[in-house]
Amino acid sequence: MIKVLKDFIDRILLQLFQKKKSVKVGLYGPPNAGKTTLANKICKDWLGEEMGAVSSIPHETRKINIKEKITVKSGGKELTFNLVDTPGIATKIDFEDFVKKGMKSAQAKQRAKEATMGVIEAIKWLDNMDVVVVVLDAGENPYSQVNITMVGNLVARKIPVVIAANKMDLRKANLKKVESAFPQYDVIGISAKQGHNIEEFYESLFNAVR
Amino acid sequence: MLTLQFVPYSDIEHLDTDRRINKLLGIVKDNKIVLMQGRLELHEENRLIERTMEEINNTGFKGVEICTIYPESRNAKLFERLKNELAKVLLGNREGLTVIGPATIVKEIKRDPGKIQLFTKDLNKGGS
Repeated sequence: MIKVLKDFIDRILLQLFQKKKSVKVGLYGPPNAGKTTLANKICKDWLGEEMGAVSSIPHETRKINIKEKITVKSGGKELTFNLVDTPGIATKIDFEDFVKKGMKSAQAKQRAKEATMGVIEAIKWLDNMDVVVVVLDAGENPYSQVNITMVGNLVARKIPVVIAANKMDLRKANLKKVESAFPQYDVIGISAKQGHNIEEFYESLFNAVR
Repeated sequence: MLTLQFVPYSDIEHLDTDRRINKLLGIVKDNKIVLMQGRLELHEENRLIERTMEEINNTGFKGVEICTIYPESRNAKLFERLKNELAKVLLGNREGLTVIGPATIVKEIKRDPGKIQLFTKDLNKGGS
């Protein structure tokens, strides 16, 4: 009982007197949705340098990457945050899929092993985020269980969510389908690669951090 | 041959998160498809993904395909929602259905949104 009371008081005092150190914005989503492409776009726009390598082979990002103190200015507003690019969350990883993409077996096995660890790391980091941008490929089925579990867990943790329906430059992109899958969220159709609609994306980010 | 194993909610009701997941993953690793009454809690679904990643190896287990389907309460009237929430607190997450299959057998499960379509791999060809 005393411990519960002490924890409660500590939490209140922390909220009252400790200024939040830095806002962490996490990029989450399934593999190959364009999280790192979006991270690169943001970093290039505001830091003048890219964040990480991108590839058409899934699970290119297998570790958490952080860029600190990115200041975005848009519509007279300013926001400074740490950007956290995370490995794609999946329920299955088969090294043979990498072999089919041209990798050697040993390299593919290593990639698969690192990818499984990356998924675990990404899930563990959820609790550290202040805002999460869920990056989805607008051409893929948005009703996947990974997407639903991910968004549900963010809501349960009361972490603000922005849904970026990426790859809108591709013919099979279907923004309406993503919007109908997540009707209660702010869904922004973007092309991180082409830079389409990035201003609107920043606007949503400002609204979410507020 | 494809084996579907039904898991009634009463089978997992009294288990803690790790035991629930062990039970479900155990069935899946036996190359069976789980049809579970109800659904796991959200944090348990997260834990299931983590545990699945821990279990993946390059010699056999490649992960799972998972899908849940359940009645949407968003459009229900307030009384109905309260009734459902109360039932959930008292009886657990019994509504809906969870399908979990081994990725070596199940190629894809599509939830769209009121139906489930399960696509299996052509095991005779040894590929998908």
